[in-house]
Amino acid sequence: MREKELEKLKEYKYGFSTDIESIKAPKGLNEEVIKFISNIKNEPKWLLDWRLKAYERLKILKEPDWQKPKYPKIDYQNLYYYSAPKSFKEKPKNLDDLDPKLLETYKKLGIPLQEQKRLNNIAVDAVFDSVSVATTFKEKLTEKGIIFCSISEAIQKHPDLVKRYLGSVIPITDHYFATLNSAVFTDGSFVYIPEGVRCPMELSTYFRINASDTGQFERTLIIADKGSYVSYLEGCTAPMRDENQLHAANVELIALDDAEIKYSTVQNWYPGDKDGKGGIYNFVTKRGLCKGKNSKISWTQVETGSAITWKYPSCILKGDNSSGEFYSIAITNNHQKADTGTKMIHLGKNTKSKIISKGISAGFADNTYRGLVDISRNANNSRNYTQCDSLLIGNKCGAHTVPYIKNKNLFSNIEHEATTSKISDDQLFYCNQRGLNQEEAVSLIVNGFCKEVLQQLPMEFAVEAQKLVGISLEGSVG
Amino acid sequence: MLNIDNLYAKIDKKAILNGLSLKIKPGEVHAVMGPNGSGKSTLANILSGKQGYEISGNVSYENKNLFDLAIEERAHKGLFLAFQYPLEIPGVNTSNFLKTSLNAIRKSNGKKELDALEFLKIVKEKASKLKMDEKILNRQLNVGFSGGEKKKNEILQMSLIEPKMAILDETDSGLDIDALKIVANGVNTLRNKERSFLIITHYQRLLDYIKPDFVHVLMKGKIAKSGCMELAEELEKVGYEKL
Repeated sequence: MREKELEKLKEYKYGFSTDIESIKAPKGLNEEVIKFISNIKNEPKWLLDWRLKAYERLKILKEPDWQKPKYPKIDYQNLYYYSAPKSFKEKPKNLDDLDPKLLETYKKLGIPLQEQKRLNNIAVDAVFDSVSVATTFKEKLTEKGIIFCSISEAIQKHPDLVKRYLGSVIPITDHYFATLNSAVFTDGSFVYIPEGVRCPMELSTYFRINASDTGQFERTLIIADKGSYVSYLEGCTAPMRDENQLHAANVELIALDDAEIKYSTVQNWYPGDKDGKGGIYNFVTKRGLCKGKNSKISWTQVETGSAITWKYPSCILKGDNSSGEFYSIAITNNHQKADTGTKMIHLGKNTKSKIISKGISAGFADNTYRGLVDISRNANNSRNYTQCDSLLIGNKCGAHTVPYIKNKNLFSNIEHEATTSKISDDQLFYCNQRGLNQEEAVSLIVNGFCKEVLQQLPMEFAVEAQKLVGISLEGSVG
Repeated sequence: MLNIDNLYAKIDKKAILNGLSLKIKPGEVHAVMGPNGSGKSTLANILSGKQGYEISGNVSYENKNLFDLAIEERAHKGLFLAFQYPLEIPGVNTSNFLKTSLNAIRKSNGKKELDALEFLKIVKEKASKLKMDEKILNRQLNVGFSGGEKKKNEILQMSLIEPKMAILDETDSGLDIDALKIVANGVNTLRNKERSFLIITHYQRLLDYIKPDFVHVLMKGKIAKSGCMELAEELEKVGYEKL
């Protein structure tokens, strides 16, 4: 009996789905569907043209196949590209108009949207399937001139900013999934921090895929104007479903002179069951442009969910003295696969980058770090430090490190360190003898292993992330 | 407290323990001495629950079958093993490990878990009694510790956990004379009417400071001779061969 209850507890706790009527675009990918999306979102003509241009490009692009995790061919004509709760024909003006089922969903996820229960000092934008359902703390942010809203709203209210920056870091010609996103993206977050403003709270977006057979194609755009600072965090969950669902997001960050963007991700999409059935394909393009001098972009990711995680949050260090950081924890258990890392493109002089990657593999999982450090000819006095550590649990999983290093500048330095270790039976025995059970022991050892990265997370989320690290490895030993 | 009855153990088909029997009552301190390869560490490992042995015979702990308990359950019920070779766990902060361990044991016994401040106060006090540098608490668990630091760290954990039955597996090996006295003192302060000790050692040296109630000689997997302190002194003079 107790066993059964334990089994239940160990299951993915966000695996429920919300029974809510939705409006969907007709199944399949074609010009009509793109027009449907653009129309329902009441978009200006330039944006529709932009989407169609991306679609034209998509027709000649090929899906990449160089990655380590292989997957069955995706039937793009058998997906819904738009799904929104029916009550959303018009976005509710305030939370009182919001469908109670949605409020309930977010409550269950631990993201209360109602005023009195809001997370302390964290502004949240909640995205449900294809639409943003609510953004909290808007007024407080507006006082400082900060714009934090869904990208759909930004397209209506701040078209100049969107037009200037959308696609400026990830162009519509980029690669298959990024271009697909440009053609069919539905919603996501938009952030603009004005010159000299330090954003007074964490900004956060919570993504939820609910409908079945639906791809989520979110688009996030964050612009930090001169001398500004923002810390942004995204979290994601999805119901347990037997089929694989595609999540192909694009995230663009732009940091102008002396600006800093800190972007953290806690990715906990449904990973599939323990035999590898179902789960999210998390094929995401994230790229930041350090456009101005002395600018800084820092990516922190804790990737514990998804059947396949395939992403390389990157920094283009264009401004002189700009710096990029990438801190990553990728945990794969059971049959999960990850091929993740970063690209640091040094263009400006005196640019710095730092990569700390911690890959943890258990069960039958396979975990690859793949990264590029590219110091261009003119990037004098640039530096990179890379550290890639892999931890194996059990003897049926894999860890791989594939660093690509290009240094075209004589005055620049690149350092690369890598380790692979295994949790030994003796270490576990030692912890057990001191009163910790198998799972507590693994959680303690793994949290120690990824401490350097966990420390980078905003404090409010670090504790949650630590627990998540433990939970995702449950059942991996013994 | 602990009743070992006719214990046999094999590893990879090689017999290590051959009918070992030993009875330890509450409050007693037993020393087990023996030459290399006589099965001393195997005994410690089996009692604490290490896997990989083929075992027969009976061991009861507080009148229950010890082999029914998982490793951590034995720890929860007050069985403690000071390791001969304490394990290094990179990345894990020593203080955090000690706190997590202590709280896991407290929790299983229905006691309130200690918060960071309460714990810190206790651990600092205990560490200073063992003349340990406080800085050690902020280092990674046993990583880069000297032999002596590792052993003291085991005794520190023992004094935090306050077990009912403590097994010390060659805690004295690798200690200089000052550290040996400190470790012995750590054990002596924990001695009381309820708490039992099983001290495994090669040498009489440690026993000069921890006066055991009984001394046993382990040879070829069983107790060859039992006696009092005099037996240890005799062994030191004549060696194991003569027995």
